[in-house]
Amino acid sequence: MKTLLHSSALLAFCFALSSTSVSAAEVGKIKVSTGAVYIERAAQRLPAPVGAEVLASDTIVTGENGSAGITFIDNSRLSIGPNSVLAIDRLNFDQTTHDGAFDTSLKRGTLSVISGKIAKRSPDAMTVRTPSMILGVRGTEFVVRAGE
Amino acid sequence: MLTACATPDVAVLLPGADGKTGAVAVKQKGAEALLDSPYAFAQSRLSGHPRTGHSNASEVQRSFGAALASMPPAPVSFTVYFLSGSDEFTDESKVEVEKLLAEMARRPAPEITVIGHTDRVGTQRMNDDLSLQRAERVRELLAKSGIDAGKITVSARGEREPLIPTADDVPEPRNRRVEVNVR
Repeated sequence: MKTLLHSSALLAFCFALSSTSVSAAEVGKIKVSTGAVYIERAAQRLPAPVGAEVLASDTIVTGENGSAGITFIDNSRLSIGPNSVLAIDRLNFDQTTHDGAFDTSLKRGTLSVISGKIAKRSPDAMTVRTPSMILGVRGTEFVVRAGE
Repeated sequence: MLTACATPDVAVLLPGADGKTGAVAVKQKGAEALLDSPYAFAQSRLSGHPRTGHSNASEVQRSFGAALASMPPAPVSFTVYFLSGSDEFTDESKVEVEKLLAEMARRPAPEITVIGHTDRVGTQRMNDDLSLQRAERVRELLAKSGIDAGKITVSARGEREPLIPTADDVPEPRNRRVEVNVR
């Protein structure tokens, strides 16, 4: 059986998704940061040590030896391995009703997800995109790899 | 010439830490697959129909070990109650506050959300206001215990999340609580 790691070369769509959300509110915080980890925000590249805030429309980037973990305001947790690019497209969360939307895009690399209150409240209110797939999250733990 | 992406995209559902496994709905170009058992995976294919199957813990560890190792710890909640008719914590609640402080000390960048809850006596609107007031009072008390108020967010859930489900307008003191969550 072919393992996940040794698939033969396949064509996949590698396109950049542009984010249209504009928000200055903090939606998450870096809780784990190892090696090279950056936040790309408004054409700037910022360091991302433990404690750094994550804003909606940030992109988190790791280098060859980098990995990072982020906890978001709805208590969802996302972590990325080396050579990864994770864009926060949108995070809206109503603390009273738990209604909201949380959309991210894994452009490349590896991602691990444990969903929080937004996904618990409505299935598919939390999504993760890869270059070729859209994942609707229904209260769960999962991992994703984006080919490049 | 089409740009070749060397490896396809893959998603693998993992068993939850609490023993429950959720689900992930995978869509590729209009074709769908539902992952709803532990280690179920979907892998994108040129044809547009994802390939599905089951992986296992060691394959997942091999491919995703670095990401998994950076997963932050689960947020933890502590529940505090007021002494009846007063604005002060019960003795048991003071113990919970000590546990909260210990949990904060274990985390490098802790954040606190204080969440007020009520029982179902009264209207939704009244309970939203009441739960907010109680949560704000707890924030004050926590600040007095030495926690930086800047690290504390306050929110009110009103009667939406009872510990003990009841019919509307039934008093239940165990639901009249404030939850202090640290992430």
